[in-house]
This record gives sequence, structure tokens and C-alpha cells, in this order.
Amino acid sequence: MDIVVTAFLVIGLVFFTGGGVGILRLPDFYTRLHPAGKLDTLGSLMMMMGIAVFNLHHFTWGALLTSLKIILIVVFIFLSSPTATHSIVDAGVRAGLEPWTKKERRE
Amino acid sequence: MDTQTQRKYVYEPSKTTEPDFPSASRPKGSPFFAHLITFLILFSLWILLSGKFDLFHLSLGIISCIIITLISGDLLFPESKTKGLIRSWLCFLRYIPWLLYQIILANLHILYLVFHPRMMELIDPEIITFQSKLKKELSLVTFANSITLTPGTITVYVSVNGDFHVHSIDKKSAELLPGEMESKVARAFGEQ
Repeated sequence: MDIVVTAFLVIGLVFFTGGGVGILRLPDFYTRLHPAGKLDTLGSLMMMMGIAVFNLHHFTWGALLTSLKIILIVVFIFLSSPTATHSIVDAGVRAGLEPWTKKERRE
Repeated sequence: MDTQTQRKYVYEPSKTTEPDFPSASRPKGSPFFAHLITFLILFSLWILLSGKFDLFHLSLGIISCIIITLISGDLLFPESKTKGLIRSWLCFLRYIPWLLYQIILANLHILYLVFHPRMMELIDPEIITFQSKLKKELSLVTFANSITLTPGTITVYVSVNGDFHVHSIDKKSAELLPGEMESKVARAFGEQ
């Protein structure tokens, strides 16, 4: 059980680290949103799964309810994260920010 | 829904993520079954969140769920067609594991890009546009959110007519659109 929990947490940590590194490395606003919007969703899925499994260490109905609530957090993250990413991109487009492309760079 | 699809192309991005259903266009039908399902969903959510099984809390939940169902019962199932409702939900449930698999693929792809030493040569961001065949607003929203969740693409803008503007991070993920996902969403919402 502990091995499963640790594996979930470590995988989640790898995804979150990738998200942070991606935000630093990628060239512009739009491309930075790719790791920010995506790696966070799977990272938080893994983290929350780890916590939910850890919470069921001593099985009671109360602990099961708490774990279900944690899963519910993941569901809401999966609903809201793409919407939030979309609205941030949209704000960038409306502010008139040009996306970085390779063709512009060659010229 | 015909009035919806023929609406003029207006750039109103704030409307795109939260579809508004004007009450005039709602088809009239017997909404009892839809109300019952809405009530059951709300009540199971109440039990899950309260976690108390004594009479006081359960009756409080029943009362408030009934009030919410009467006020906004037609939000979840705006078409209120009871026929084939369960089947369409089963189709939608079958879409979710595939979406999860795609999300994991997307994350691994982005993770590979981010940690690659020559990342700048691999990425080639561009904005692509295409026309979707989907009609219903709910399936358009689901499709837009699915695009954002899956490999290297973010939905920039989507109109009610199905015009998609998608920002993709490299050539490989741009080629995948609209492709398989659109037909999957169409099947999940019973448009084919």
C-alpha cells in the first residue's frame, strides 16, 4: 500500500516538476500555457490519487467518504483547468499578443 | 437548435466556454424523468459532501435538493428528452476512459518536449483553424475542453457555428486535428 502511495506521489511530482521547467524553458506566452495547463492536470490527478489511497489505510466509511471527496476535487480540476487555460489564451489573443513562430525567427 | 446554429459569427469569447440556453429555445416536453435524475445526482452529491446519515441532515438535503431541482432542473438536460437518455450517458461514460488515456499520452508528450535538450528545434507553434461538424453546444464545449486537455493543443476560440481556432505546439499534434476525437465526441453525444 505504501509503495503504491509513494509511486503515485513521485509520478505526480515528476509531472509538476516538468510543468515548472516547461514554464521556464518555452519561448512565449502561448507555448508556456501548454505545460502549465496540461502537466498540472495529470500531476494533480496522481497526487490526489495518492492521497486518496493513503487515506484508506484504515478502512472506515468516513475515510471512504473523504477519499471520494478527494476524487471529486480531481473531477472539478479536470473540468475547470481547460476552461481556465482557454480563457487565459483568449485574454492574450484579445490583447493582441502575437504567437511566437519559427518562421518569424528565420526572417 | 436551428436558430442557434444560424446565429451570426460574432467574436464574443466570453460566451464560448459557458453556453447559455435561452429559455425560449427550450423544447417543451415532459421533464419529470430529467428532474428525477437531476434530483438523484444532487442528492448523492449532498450525501457525499455532508457525510452525516441522521434524519435531520438527510431531510435537510432532500428539501434543498427538491428546491434546486424545481428552480433549475432543466439545466443539466436541456432537451428533456427521456428517450435514449441512459444510452447517451453510457456512450458518454465510454468516452471518459479514452479521454483519460489521451490525457496521459498528452502529458508524456509535453514532458518529453520540456525535458528535451534541443527543445527549440522540436517545437513549431502555430494557430490552425478548422470547421467542426458538431452541432450541439454541449458537444462543442466538450470538444473544446478535450482539445485543450490532449496532445499539444489549446483551443483559442470556438464559435457556436463550430469554428475552431487551435494553438498547437508542434506539427505532429496539429496533424491530429480534428480527426478521431471529433467523431468520438459526436458518438458520445449521439450526433451520428
